[in-house]
Amino acid sequence: MNRRHWLTSAAGLAGAAAAGVWLHRAPETVPGELLGADHALGHRLRGGTFPAPSETLTTDVLVVGGGIAGLAAGLRLRDASADFLLAELEEEVGGNSRSGANAISAYPWGAHYVPLPTKESVEVRRLFERLGVITGYDPAGLPVYDDYMLCADPDERLYLHGRWQDGLVPLLGVGANERAEYQRFFDHMAAYKALRGKDGRRAFSIPIDTSSGDPELRALDRLSFRAWLDREGYQGEHLRWLLDYSCRDDYGAGLDHVSAWAGIHYFASRNGRASNAEHDTVLTWAAGNGWLVDKLRTAIADHVRTRALAIRVKDGERPTVDLYLPDENRVVRVRARAVVLAVPRFVAKRLLHGGRFATNDQGFEYSPWLVANLSLDHLPSGPGADLAWDNVVYGSAMLGYVVSTHQSLAMRPKQTVITWYWPLDHLPPAAARQQALGRSTEEWKHLIQTEVLHLHPELKGAIRRIDLRLWGHAMIRPRPGFIWGEARQQALRQHPPIFFAHSDMAGISIFEEAYTFGVKAAEGVLDHLGLRV
Amino acid sequence: MAPLLLVSVFVIATCGLVYELVAGTLASYLLGDSVTQFSTVIGAYLSAMGIGSWLSRYVRRNLVGVFAQVEILVGALGGGSAALLFLLFERVEMFRIVLYADVLAVGILVGIEIPLLLRILKDRFEFSDLVSRVFTFDYAGALFASILFPLLLVPHLGLIQTGFLFGMLNVMVAVWLLFTWPDIPGARPQRGLALAVLLALLAGFIHAEDITGTAEAATYPGKVIHAQSTPYQRIVLTRSGQDLRLYLNGNLQFSSLDEYRYHEALVHPLMASLAQPKRVLIIGGGDGLALREILKYTSVQQVVMVDLDPAMTKLFASNPLLTALNHDALASPKLHIVNRDAFVWLRDAAAAGEPAFDAVLIDLPDPSNYSIGKLYSLTFYRALHDLLKAESRIVVQSTSPLVARKTYWCVADTLAAAGYQVTPYHTYVPSFGEWGFLLAGQRPWRAPGHYPTGLRFVNAEETANMLHFPADMAYVEGGVQRLDNQLLVRHFDEEWSAYQNAW
Repeated sequence: MNRRHWLTSAAGLAGAAAAGVWLHRAPETVPGELLGADHALGHRLRGGTFPAPSETLTTDVLVVGGGIAGLAAGLRLRDASADFLLAELEEEVGGNSRSGANAISAYPWGAHYVPLPTKESVEVRRLFERLGVITGYDPAGLPVYDDYMLCADPDERLYLHGRWQDGLVPLLGVGANERAEYQRFFDHMAAYKALRGKDGRRAFSIPIDTSSGDPELRALDRLSFRAWLDREGYQGEHLRWLLDYSCRDDYGAGLDHVSAWAGIHYFASRNGRASNAEHDTVLTWAAGNGWLVDKLRTAIADHVRTRALAIRVKDGERPTVDLYLPDENRVVRVRARAVVLAVPRFVAKRLLHGGRFATNDQGFEYSPWLVANLSLDHLPSGPGADLAWDNVVYGSAMLGYVVSTHQSLAMRPKQTVITWYWPLDHLPPAAARQQALGRSTEEWKHLIQTEVLHLHPELKGAIRRIDLRLWGHAMIRPRPGFIWGEARQQALRQHPPIFFAHSDMAGISIFEEAYTFGVKAAEGVLDHLGLRV
Repeated sequence: MAPLLLVSVFVIATCGLVYELVAGTLASYLLGDSVTQFSTVIGAYLSAMGIGSWLSRYVRRNLVGVFAQVEILVGALGGGSAALLFLLFERVEMFRIVLYADVLAVGILVGIEIPLLLRILKDRFEFSDLVSRVFTFDYAGALFASILFPLLLVPHLGLIQTGFLFGMLNVMVAVWLLFTWPDIPGARPQRGLALAVLLALLAGFIHAEDITGTAEAATYPGKVIHAQSTPYQRIVLTRSGQDLRLYLNGNLQFSSLDEYRYHEALVHPLMASLAQPKRVLIIGGGDGLALREILKYTSVQQVVMVDLDPAMTKLFASNPLLTALNHDALASPKLHIVNRDAFVWLRDAAAAGEPAFDAVLIDLPDPSNYSIGKLYSLTFYRALHDLLKAESRIVVQSTSPLVARKTYWCVADTLAAAGYQVTPYHTYVPSFGEWGFLLAGQRPWRAPGHYPTGLRFVNAEETANMLHFPADMAYVEGGVQRLDNQLLVRHFDEEWSAYQNAW
């Protein structure tokens, strides 16, 4: 072999080697952390030992739990100038409406929008007037919303067949038969939206308990949504995907695991209108519903005690609640005239000891979720429709992502944070929870990064951070038979001076329900104590 | 092995035709006049193939080795030619010479292939059988390529990636021969070369987008004299004789030959209608050309210019060709430049109690996307109220009422919904076509009695013309552009793409 030949082969080999390295370069590790409800602390409830109370406090009302229901109860109590405390286990109040923030933007950790409230959502509308979300009413009586809080256009896009299309109803490559079926389904839903039961109430309403009691309608709750689709002859693959997606988005579980009543409720309950927006517009903020949390927290800040884990609630005429303060490793006993348990039912059951009534959590099933916030050096793009607020991927286990800077008035934010939502519904909740708790931060990041880069190869090298949050019990599941079944009816019963407030009492996990239950519980307390004017 | 060689005939025939189609498409794309370009490219290519066939007689030894070399060469040259031509288009004076040299070279190499193959295979088949088989595969490959090219390749891969893909196929034939054919003299170094070329083509295939980006300047008429990518946009300045043109993201912003028409029409009907304008706000307008007109009013004491991109205001304050054009307006001591997002600035300024402006000129790019669409929204025009007095007035450049009639009237409807009295007017700017503006204020606008001296276009008579809308531009309902429903951007997209598709 002469020198020239050797050089050419060597160059070829070097090129091949370099290309090989380049093609197989391992994905870089991206910084970020896994947050979660304080599982260790929460789990101590199940049989941990705590020190004896070292101090006793007295207050008129103790609210246990600082999610939306607890905050709503707190705000109502404050308005009545009641003497109260709110105890929250975590460092921050807000429950699954909490948010985070970094140098780029605020971003949601869970709930991230509220649809235009229905007429029946009286409490939520009152709150929105108070916070300036509703700025007034037009001559026709329609609410005028703050322009900057209405979700900006474009609001939704769907990734299908390698392209992004406008809106979430799959259209790319969908034939005339399936499109006709869409029409039939949406007409069907429109009819349900307008329908009133024999009692004159709306068939499907928010809050859920303002819905009609018509047995014919409630029978839909005993069927799975899939069984109902079979019965009504909705067969199209794309329609079924859309409905499955919608259920997973709102309930954390698909067609087989939610009732037909709940599935229809998603489409037929939201009749809110606005003077200055389309009826299907939603209200959103960079921090998601964290914006609302922030307003509620600020209003009652003096009454809030975080890092305070309720470990025992003793029923009685003067109930007592023992609060464990992990940072001081001591227990404080609170003697109250009334207690609002603004916690999910499975927690309430563990807290309550002895007493006049049984607290049952049978039938209460909660969907686990993983939420990832990715800090990016540039906006995601992709072929087809422009980046929207909500970007959904057809047929994916993960739902897709929302863009935190979407409401920004800046022309083109250079950096952004996107929030990726993943309902862990591939296994029954307990098994999914166990599997999820077993995954390391790096494993989660790898799973998320793989999905993101598959969808957005242009983001390679542009992901600055991946922060994660695991929600073991993110939302109540409206399984067939739950919403209009015995377990929920029993849970709705209040037992003064112990009151309950949580969205799981509605069977669906939405802001309107949590907020309304909180206000109603506080009003029950005020009536009980004779404090309501 | 021989049957496999026949399959390779199919591959090289497909590749050969693809190169020809790529060159023809590219020539008509870059040079225009597709009939001429296609027929000359095809003629040159076919005659070059003839030359190649004739040259093949001089190959006497090592037929398989030479055939492999030809495959490597044609793969490299043919595969990379689309990328090469794109890149060279604006950098080379005699682009046609490069184009035809490339077509000839690829044609010659492709012309050598079949005669060599016939000779390699001549001892393995009957002559009649051989010729029939080779040409069957040859023509089948051509058919395959001609169907694949318009239906799959161009729409999905584009010309550059298509070139690289078929270059790789060509080289793979060489790789296969070099690794499997027994006793090719000098096979080893050629194997290295073949693999290196294959990888280079693969790299080109993967990075095709970057090449397209680099070659984008090729689409500008005139010579590119300045090109710059900022975080917000791509700024390109071209010159052709006396004509200086500015493009932002490929869209023409002005031509120095007729920009005075646009800027006089934008500024003077507003400014001359005000008694003593003192404080003026310009949103956009970083080129300083509207400012040049504004500074003709001696009553003006302060001008605030909010333009997002500092690169724009810097360029137009420093480049001598541009400062000559804007009369060095950006150096005016009356000017205060704010390089911020207009909407964000507006809300902050209103909250901070910024004093009101007498005149506001909104000279933004057309509403071609949702980001810019926010600055044409009802919410934006309403927020502007906070910086206005009862007698203040706004003018908005609002695209072509002829091409984009609904878009134009949608801006008018939006201003009206925001509580302004709106006066539409338009004028003809040769490099743009028929162009529209909207005057808005709390009180109705009255045409100015006189204008500053020394204007080249606008006067009282011309103003009357500008107010007249012929039937094909007359009012149609456009709807209101809101943040949560950007009608305007959809109108704009619909109307301008219909217009462009018609050409």
